[in-house]
Amino acid sequence: MEELAFLKQEKENQEPAEEERPWEEMTAASSQDPKPGLLKTPESEQGPETGIQPRISPPCSPQSRGSTPLDDLRGASSPPPPQEPSSTLSSRDVAAPWQSDKTTRVITEAETLHSDHLEESHDKGESTPHQTCQSEGNAFQQPQQTDDHLYGPKDVSCSNSIRKELRFDIFQESDSNSNYYLNEAEPGASEMAPSMLEIAIRNAKAYLLKTSGKSGLNLYEHLSNMLTKVLDERPENAVDIIENISQDVKMAHFSKKLDTLQNENEMLPTYEIAEKQKALFLQGNLEGADQELEDEIAENSLPNVMESAFYFEQAGVGLGTDETYRIFLALKQLTDTHPIQRCRFWGKILGLEMNYIVAEVEFREGEDEEEVEEEDVTEERDNGDSEGEEDDEDELPRSFYKAPQAIPKEESRTGANKYVYFVCNEPGRPWVKLPSVTPAQIVIARKIKKFFTGRLDTPIISYPPFPGNENNYLRAQIARISAGTHVSPLGFYQFGEEEGEEEEEVEGGRDTFEENPDFEGIQVTDLVESLSNWVHHVQHILPQGRCNWFNPKQKSEEEEEEDEDDEEKEEKEEPDYIEQEVGPPLLTPISEDLEIQNTPPWTTRLSSNIIPQYAIAVLRSNLWPGAYAFCNGKKFENLYIGWGHKYSPDSYTPPVPPSVCQEYPSGPEITEIDDPTVEEEQAFKVAQEATILPTEEGEETEEDEDEEDNYE
Amino acid sequence: MDAESLLLSLELASGSGQGLSPDRRASLLTSLMLVKRDYRYDRVLFWGRILGLVADYYIAQGLKEDQLAPRKTLYSLNCMEWSLLPPATEEMMTQTSVVKGRFMGDPSHEYEHTELQKVKEGDKVFEEEVVVQIKEETRLVSIIDQIDKAVAIIPRGALFKTPFGPVHVNRTFEGLSLSEAKKLSSYFHFREPVELKNKTLLEKAALDPSLDFMDSLEHDIPKGSWSIQMERGNALVVLRSLLWPGLTFYHAPHTKNCGYIYVGTGEKNIDLPFML
Repeated sequence: MEELAFLKQEKENQEPAEEERPWEEMTAASSQDPKPGLLKTPESEQGPETGIQPRISPPCSPQSRGSTPLDDLRGASSPPPPQEPSSTLSSRDVAAPWQSDKTTRVITEAETLHSDHLEESHDKGESTPHQTCQSEGNAFQQPQQTDDHLYGPKDVSCSNSIRKELRFDIFQESDSNSNYYLNEAEPGASEMAPSMLEIAIRNAKAYLLKTSGKSGLNLYEHLSNMLTKVLDERPENAVDIIENISQDVKMAHFSKKLDTLQNENEMLPTYEIAEKQKALFLQGNLEGADQELEDEIAENSLPNVMESAFYFEQAGVGLGTDETYRIFLALKQLTDTHPIQRCRFWGKILGLEMNYIVAEVEFREGEDEEEVEEEDVTEERDNGDSEGEEDDEDELPRSFYKAPQAIPKEESRTGANKYVYFVCNEPGRPWVKLPSVTPAQIVIARKIKKFFTGRLDTPIISYPPFPGNENNYLRAQIARISAGTHVSPLGFYQFGEEEGEEEEEVEGGRDTFEENPDFEGIQVTDLVESLSNWVHHVQHILPQGRCNWFNPKQKSEEEEEEDEDDEEKEEKEEPDYIEQEVGPPLLTPISEDLEIQNTPPWTTRLSSNIIPQYAIAVLRSNLWPGAYAFCNGKKFENLYIGWGHKYSPDSYTPPVPPSVCQEYPSGPEITEIDDPTVEEEQAFKVAQEATILPTEEGEETEEDEDEEDNYE
Repeated sequence: MDAESLLLSLELASGSGQGLSPDRRASLLTSLMLVKRDYRYDRVLFWGRILGLVADYYIAQGLKEDQLAPRKTLYSLNCMEWSLLPPATEEMMTQTSVVKGRFMGDPSHEYEHTELQKVKEGDKVFEEEVVVQIKEETRLVSIIDQIDKAVAIIPRGALFKTPFGPVHVNRTFEGLSLSEAKKLSSYFHFREPVELKNKTLLEKAALDPSLDFMDSLEHDIPKGSWSIQMERGNALVVLRSLLWPGLTFYHAPHTKNCGYIYVGTGEKNIDLPFML
């Protein structure tokens, strides 16, 4: 701004001198400079009359056109900015003639380019009153000067190396002139030869309007679009992101043509799931009031997921409120559509492609017949397979290997199959019931570590081979996690029947318990301080894969009778005394859990140290990362959210394959021995000869005879 | 995740089950504001939580104007008082690589590690058992650095490189499109490029120097170490690292919302090859 003031002074000083300057410069400059694009057009009207004028007019029209996109802005913004382009161009071109004369050659091209715009400008020119230029001339004086500063460097780049001072001089001259001499200058301008300045304008514009052969765009339009965008959107520090704005403007050119088809496809799953979840929200309305009775039962089975989610949130665990509520609705759908006695939100298992939301469910008495049928079918299948194998074996050499007695799976409602589990990938998607777990699956699941994919039918490719697909593996892991991490405060549950206590304990723990009606709650601080106030309420799974020990010996004896061939082998095995596997009984305090290499299996904590009087006790399992439990004294809940893998400080090592089986008993007949050496052979011969010497003589004669015969 | 948009970010990343309790959230919002002022950071990221046996470490990072410049890491045990961690060095890495097991939650805890060292006495070489003590704080520094280098990621276009070198937040970033969001190549490691130099000229030709100046996840080793999922019916893309389980990256396509959070035990999943 200081510079501005200085320039003004300078201008005043120069005024008298400028009056003496040749007409050409002054008139040309004055006719161009102070006026915005619109005002210049009157000249073009005169163009056709004089014959020389057409040359002058064309450059004006693009200018006016250049300003048109900005016209919209005039309402919003102050008048000077929209005129910037025109004034800068002219100011540059004032200086241009001093530099470049060769530009004239391009003019004809420029003319042809802009001939169509010419008419536009005519119309506009007529509509604007001629005199405004005078009054406006003053008003624009300042803005133009500032413009000159702003765009100075750009001008230089366009019309190579212009000396600034010189340009300013002329610019100011023209400004001042326009104020005083405009009226006289106007008629003169029409007759004057086309100034170098205008030629340069046309020249520059023609260059800017050159269409790129690659993209079909031209820089002039691009720049004006960019400026429009900047002025429309008014971003902060626009100069920093001008590259991106430029890119956006270019992108906008082709994005329009493609969008309809592409977006439709991409959005489909979004709508699909929204539609499915809509059904969840509407399910309450559809049933109506007629089924109130049934609803009452259903309500009992539906857990208050939101309440436990609230407590878990205090502990810093849990899915978002939104997702939890959707799960809540999905559970409601599950309890409404199935005869369910008890239902729990078990947790979420993360997968590679999709996740599993797991619901733990107990069917009402006598309502789980489907399951029984299914089991029968599978068992039958198993039998069929084994029979088929036996038939084949009659013809083929039989293998001596006898698979160890398969341990039968536990009945539903007992042991590891106490509950039924339903999974779905996302709230709103169908619930799928997981098959009940077999001991073999649990045993193998302990030896492998695989990620879940999110598709239940994925085969588990592992060593040792896992008997089943991902749904079986998932079920096995759920059983293991439940057994390891489901805990409750001491005294919440109690054993049901007290009569059979002794008997059952001998067998390895009872598996029934009931809620203790007299449970009075435990102080939260006690729960945090002592792990012995927490007990497991899910049975421990024995190494065998069952919760209640099953003696494989009994069955094997029965089989012995059936298969006489196997008797020998059975006898061999018999001496191995199978020790009964005993796990900790139900409702054992978790303080007795084993450490994992100096890592305590549980971490307890108060949910908040800031307001401890209302905090709840939080229990985090270190054995199964992702398993949590909370208790606020009276209520408790368990939740698992994680990958479904057990923690181990050491790296996983797959078990080594078993040693190679013997094909047949090795004896002297089949053992390979070294070939005898020549010496050994001869020694052997000598020894033989010595023993058979007496008979040899006779033989020899015979041999001789034979030889003789041969010779004959 | 940006400390300023902590609440929204936590909601978006909640699918992995690890959030923050309300009192932690509130105290983080307050204390990170003060951290930003006191340390004069341009941007403060809430980095995550390392679960210890006794207590958890809450980690925050401060960024200067240049987003790729070395980050300052702070930790806190109560979400209120933050302490600056020293920058990680190669020596720390090798030193702490022998430590196994969980974090304790006490920065002054010392892990003991016995090493066999060869000691020369004249001509004889003895093998001597030396007990090395490693402070948990050192381990914390090196683990955070490892996680940052291995799995800190951002979507393509969220940062841009200015012609003068420094990397800035791209204000015009409007989120990835749906189809882009499903590809690993649209995500970059949030660190100085390592692999970029090894690319062939042909591969480099297609790169935009102002945007593609970091390594993409596409060629991460081991292959398949990322789980990429669309959640909430394509409204949210979630990347979970399988190499460092606990790291969750979220991004809502067509919006600026993106970030990552680590909530885990601070142990690398070295069993990954067996698990895929």
